[in-house]
Amino acid sequence: MSSTTDPRGFSKAFLTANAWLVYLFFYAPIILLVVYSFSGDKLVGRWGGFTLDWYRAFAKDDNVQGALWVSVQVAIVSTLVSVVLGTLAALALERFKFRGQKVFDALLYLPIIIPDVTMAVMLLMFFSQFFNVIDSVLGLTLSKDISTVIISHIAFNISFVSIVVRARLEGMDQRLEEAASDLYASRWKAFRFVTFPQIIPGIAGGALLALTLSLDDVVIAQFVSGPGSTTLPVYVFGLIRKGVSPLINAVSVVMLVASVLLVMLSLLAQRNSEDKDQKVNDENEDDDQEVSSGSSSLSEMSIN
Amino acid sequence: MAEEEIAAAVELQGLTKRFGADVTAVDSIDLRIEDGEFFALLGPSGCGKTTTLRMIAGLEFPTEGSLRIYGEEMGTLSPNKRPVNTVFQNYALFPHMTVLDNVAFGLRMQKVDKAEANKRAQEAIEMVRLGQMAKRKPNQLSGGQQQRIALARALVNRPKVLLLDEPLGALDLKLRQEMQIELKSLQREVGITFVFVTHDQEEALTLSDRIAVMHDGKFLQVASPENMYERPANRFVADFIGQTNLLEGTVEDAETVCLANGARVSVANDKAEGAKVAVSLRPERINVHALDDKPDGPSLEGVVSSVTYLGTAHSYRIAMDWMEIEVREENRPSRGHFNAGDSVLISWHSDGVWVVDN
Repeated sequence: MSSTTDPRGFSKAFLTANAWLVYLFFYAPIILLVVYSFSGDKLVGRWGGFTLDWYRAFAKDDNVQGALWVSVQVAIVSTLVSVVLGTLAALALERFKFRGQKVFDALLYLPIIIPDVTMAVMLLMFFSQFFNVIDSVLGLTLSKDISTVIISHIAFNISFVSIVVRARLEGMDQRLEEAASDLYASRWKAFRFVTFPQIIPGIAGGALLALTLSLDDVVIAQFVSGPGSTTLPVYVFGLIRKGVSPLINAVSVVMLVASVLLVMLSLLAQRNSEDKDQKVNDENEDDDQEVSSGSSSLSEMSIN
Repeated sequence: MAEEEIAAAVELQGLTKRFGADVTAVDSIDLRIEDGEFFALLGPSGCGKTTTLRMIAGLEFPTEGSLRIYGEEMGTLSPNKRPVNTVFQNYALFPHMTVLDNVAFGLRMQKVDKAEANKRAQEAIEMVRLGQMAKRKPNQLSGGQQQRIALARALVNRPKVLLLDEPLGALDLKLRQEMQIELKSLQREVGITFVFVTHDQEEALTLSDRIAVMHDGKFLQVASPENMYERPANRFVADFIGQTNLLEGTVEDAETVCLANGARVSVANDKAEGAKVAVSLRPERINVHALDDKPDGPSLEGVVSSVTYLGTAHSYRIAMDWMEIEVREENRPSRGHFNAGDSVLISWHSDGVWVVDN
């Protein structure tokens, strides 16, 4: 990384070409997607003059909008819940010693390793068994709806959040917490005023990751969503089977713009909080209002 | 028990800390640290001194024994409920807070009114002469400034006992010497009991009223710096505090020790006859003479094997047939010095030596 000389001659040309190739590989599909969302032809891949028809269709299409709304709800609720649970799990593993810690540690990361399909089948089986039990014990008939999607997303997001938060906790000097308790802070206050501000970037990064993964998920949502709780990716997937239309492009562009905005907002918030750090001398009172964000590498992940 | 006299600032009785089944970090130590004392826990790394300090702070809980602070049993009381504050090694200043917030932290946690807390914090920052740095972040300060802020952050709470964990360890020599003087005068000013941990014997000698030398979880000796230096309790202490030459021998009577080479030297001692001992001979207490000189007091013959110029002194290594002795002789322009290969006599005054158990 810290090479002292700049590349020259052939290697320089090669590296430049490589960089452009990678950019092309990354962004050509995105550019195509955006361009054809404005195409007047019904067939994707054939330019039929500039039009906003597909966006109009999107605005009118209740099914797409319904699916989008479901996706947003699922993403927000599952992110909030998994950020809290994932952070708690990270704290438990990093700061305490308890029986079965190693097992818990290993099990926590299982959802990351297990293929989506397996996870989806597992969850589906779990829900149908669970509904059967509820039915026979309480006489209540439950069925798959938005809450099963949310629960499933929470199930895998906890793992991702706790990985990111844990990395941050690991990098934090534990003596800071000792210093806080030495200075009369209770455990809660030491967390609130010292640990928490230190791990905010980790938590924000974890939240961003969770949000993205939830918006992204097709496989699991496909299995566990019920009628009326179709998420946007599942809906788009369904549309493709009926035949590709530029409406899908328009929908994708909207999602793309939304996620880019999200990332930019979080970067902006991060920069603001850094600026504020220079001036503010009273963070004890207002530090919970600050929304910081994850590392830029995590932010970039959510673009893709 | 506490009523019989004024309670000690810190009193340890049979204090033990074990990690797991077979690591005993602190092994049943007893100690009284008096009110207003500047007390040093000195020892090589891994001797248990930091664990002892952390037990006083409440960051570790003892496995056995009693720990009282001004007569009150601490036991497993959590650190935030103890009347002590700590200056951590590398300071552990909160990086996301300004200097003022760092210093005011303890007061705010004790629910001191905000304006009052800020006022007192500002005063404490001024006390360590960093008044204009209050709005900065810790990473904008130099090591010495961070160290002073760490002191202010602890002292602003007016603890009954201030604990310092290798407080000057991260500073360079010049700054360390300055801070030693500052620390000493600060302690006199505030009158709080200071307990500090160090592996630097010079620092311990300079700063403290009393020193406890620790080794393998036990106290080898607890004494004033002077007593520690002049009358070390055993070989380890004699060697650890300052430099010394240890000449092995056997006690003949209360006045005489027979050295390993057969030479008899007269030195007052209270050891049993026939006991294996070592005579501690400090390098700066030894005089070097030419062979034809007739020194007073006991002397031994040897050959200079090396000379090192130290600026203020010459350090000689003098080889005798049975051991090598180090001698440090102050430089005086009027006097020459010896060279490697010279045959010399070394002598000492009988009150300049001390006998320790071997």
